[in-house]
Amino acid sequence: MPPRTLVGALRPLALAVSLLAPWPALAAPGGSFDIVAPFEIGGPDPSLSGFLFQRMQVGETLLDVDREGRPQPGLATSWSVSADGLVWTLPIREGVRFHDGTALTAENAAAALRFARAKPGVLERARIESVAAEGNSVVIRLAEPFAPLAALLAHASTIILAPASYGPDGTATKVLGTGPYRLTRLEAPQRMAVEAFDAYWGGKPAIRQATYLAAGRGETRTLMAESGDADLAFQLDPPSIARLKANGAVEVMKVPLPRVMQIKLNAGLPPFDTAEGRLALSESIQRAGLASALLRAPGTGATQLFPPSVEAWHDPDLAPLATDPERARARFEALGWAPGADGILAKDGKPLRLKLLTYADRPELPLIATALQDQFRQVGLDVEVSVTNSSSIPAGHQDGTLQLALAARNYSLVPDPFVTLLGDFRDGGSDWGSMNWNDPAFHAATKALLASTDPAEQTRLRREIAAILQRDLPVVPVVWYEQTAAVTKAVEGAAIDPFERSFGLSKMAWKP
Amino acid sequence: MIARLGQRLLQALFVALAVGALTFALMRLLPGDMAYRIAAGRYGYDFVSAENAAAVRAELGLEGPVWSAFARWLWDIATLDLGRSLVSGEPVLAEIGHQLGASLTLALAAVALSLLLGPPLGMMAGRRAGGALDRALLVSAVVLRALPPFVLGLILVLVFALSLGWFPAAGHAGWANLVLPAATLALGLAAVSSRVARDATAEIVSAPFYAFARLKGLPEAQLFPRHGLRNVSVPVVTYLGVQLVMLIEGVVVVETLFAWPGIGHALVHAIVQRDVPMVQGTALAMGLIFVCLNALVDLANARLDPRARAAA
Repeated sequence: MPPRTLVGALRPLALAVSLLAPWPALAAPGGSFDIVAPFEIGGPDPSLSGFLFQRMQVGETLLDVDREGRPQPGLATSWSVSADGLVWTLPIREGVRFHDGTALTAENAAAALRFARAKPGVLERARIESVAAEGNSVVIRLAEPFAPLAALLAHASTIILAPASYGPDGTATKVLGTGPYRLTRLEAPQRMAVEAFDAYWGGKPAIRQATYLAAGRGETRTLMAESGDADLAFQLDPPSIARLKANGAVEVMKVPLPRVMQIKLNAGLPPFDTAEGRLALSESIQRAGLASALLRAPGTGATQLFPPSVEAWHDPDLAPLATDPERARARFEALGWAPGADGILAKDGKPLRLKLLTYADRPELPLIATALQDQFRQVGLDVEVSVTNSSSIPAGHQDGTLQLALAARNYSLVPDPFVTLLGDFRDGGSDWGSMNWNDPAFHAATKALLASTDPAEQTRLRREIAAILQRDLPVVPVVWYEQTAAVTKAVEGAAIDPFERSFGLSKMAWKP
Repeated sequence: MIARLGQRLLQALFVALAVGALTFALMRLLPGDMAYRIAAGRYGYDFVSAENAAAVRAELGLEGPVWSAFARWLWDIATLDLGRSLVSGEPVLAEIGHQLGASLTLALAAVALSLLLGPPLGMMAGRRAGGALDRALLVSAVVLRALPPFVLGLILVLVFALSLGWFPAAGHAGWANLVLPAATLALGLAAVSSRVARDATAEIVSAPFYAFARLKGLPEAQLFPRHGLRNVSVPVVTYLGVQLVMLIEGVVVVETLFAWPGIGHALVHAIVQRDVPMVQGTALAMGLIFVCLNALVDLANARLDPRARAAA
């Protein structure tokens, strides 16, 4: 508490100033719905901040996904793929208007996709030859089949904006979308405001006005939710969750995400050059303890790469990743690593000393890394934790010096995790995925899945891929992430989108 | 006076040059690959890959020799061309313009509030040195100045936003949003200016000329305004110039805590994202503001203190 004299001195002044302004904390229900989240607004272009315009439901994509990640119609009413898998035809929805009043046509949808293709983004994952308007449809021609293209067309960097949005070089300077909300104010990097768009093709949303504020500090977001300045506070830190749960005016929501904290390891480095060695590393990790004690999220210890919420890729029949330091030691000894006098495993007189890279952009990573250091020490691994810049992980991968790294990987960069899997575990590995690991059976299965159109066959192949990753552990999953948000109890219909594509504005309504 | 302003102008030039050179060198010395950081700032961490970083490196010419980049930057300063943000692609001048306004509003509100609080309380305490108010003020000034702005800000939010519900906790939707961040900065400033005012007052009220003024029969109500106020205000205003350093340091923290879109906040983000033109632009703007404010302090002092004019 500030000393009394100052509080006393402040009071008249505070009153005077507050008379000039409305009372945001006491705003009547039915007004603007205020969202606060940590993500800053980069600028109007979809390649920079498309995900925010998508979450605020200003921009829409050709295709959409449901809560299970299955493709759904969006601005295109359907999609069909030619028998050879090379030509995708997407008929455009009729009667859709952009926020400036112009009509959506196949031609301007194709143009928007061509602009998106010219910038770094997900479309480069598929080998697209051309995007063109043919009649009332957008037609995409590929050089080779790419079954998850539907997921790319649902990604935020491919939102379709009106022709007037783009400058001469193809970079968007305005955000004229087709969504249920229209942008009324954009102040990068922190603020935007939207209002309901009455000519929306999908009906009028109940909440008429909303604002978005980027606040980087978790404390700020929590306090805003508590004081009523924010109606939805996104991404809460563990200590704040307990505090907000005690607050009668807000509800804390939690949803598991397809984001995994995992150990990337150099599979060219003994003892991790064998599946046995990688398994031993996995068995020395006490996941349940990390999840409940450090992250305060019991039940999020990763028993396999994907959490149960990613139904297509989570296999409940898979034997869970076990914790067994005794067996881990035995496995290392079987590989020729015996503990020395100091308890550190050694082979041919060389002790097993490793460096684990991690970064502080996500504050929980260094915390977990130091706990892992201790857990590894118990089985005889001497691990030095190096908290560096996140770029040192890709850099270490590129120059081959990386030994171990702890990182958070988002497998729903596009709604279908397969696209990220394909990149991360490709032959030779990749920046955030496997390193020096190759499994012909894995590559054969991914190739077959890329070309497959039969749902039963796709399920079988996904299970096969998940089983290979579980058996061979090219990366070692540690914990699954949860998304948390606090929402005011003055609204109904709030939910967290597990694919982080929407704040759910149009589905909410103020309670009467 | 003209000579003094000329001096300040020279100082501004020197600050611009030093800030330019220092930020350039420091940004190059920071660990981590610049191209990766810029790519992360642009496209988000999840999309950072060696290919994206390579594309950024090629696009921005980060491969080139350091000296040519430095020479280019100096030339840009000389021609007042701050370039474009590496992350958003917007002109740096436009971005700073938006953020500078917000920062200046915050800083001016903080200074005004601190002047309303600190010096009057300090003068009251100084006229009865050693009294109850003086001792209470000493304790509160020490506590307030010792608290980091981050903690002080949190306390204010807890008291005035959560418990009392008077002001919004954070954001920048209206005037009400300005109160808590400005008060956070103002309390720290007032803690020091109240002590300066108190000491100056205590010294003056015990000075022989003051005793003489009282002896000649001036009533107390006229005595201090006539013979004390101007004398006290000289050290207070001078000290304000020194305190501006604290204001600039505080702005960075306070803006982040209160989600206020200012230049300090922009500087932190630009550093994280290795957005060199933005870092240089914001650091330059802050350096020049510092010189400008000091020049204003000079002007104010010259008006307040006739002795300085006579000496010049």
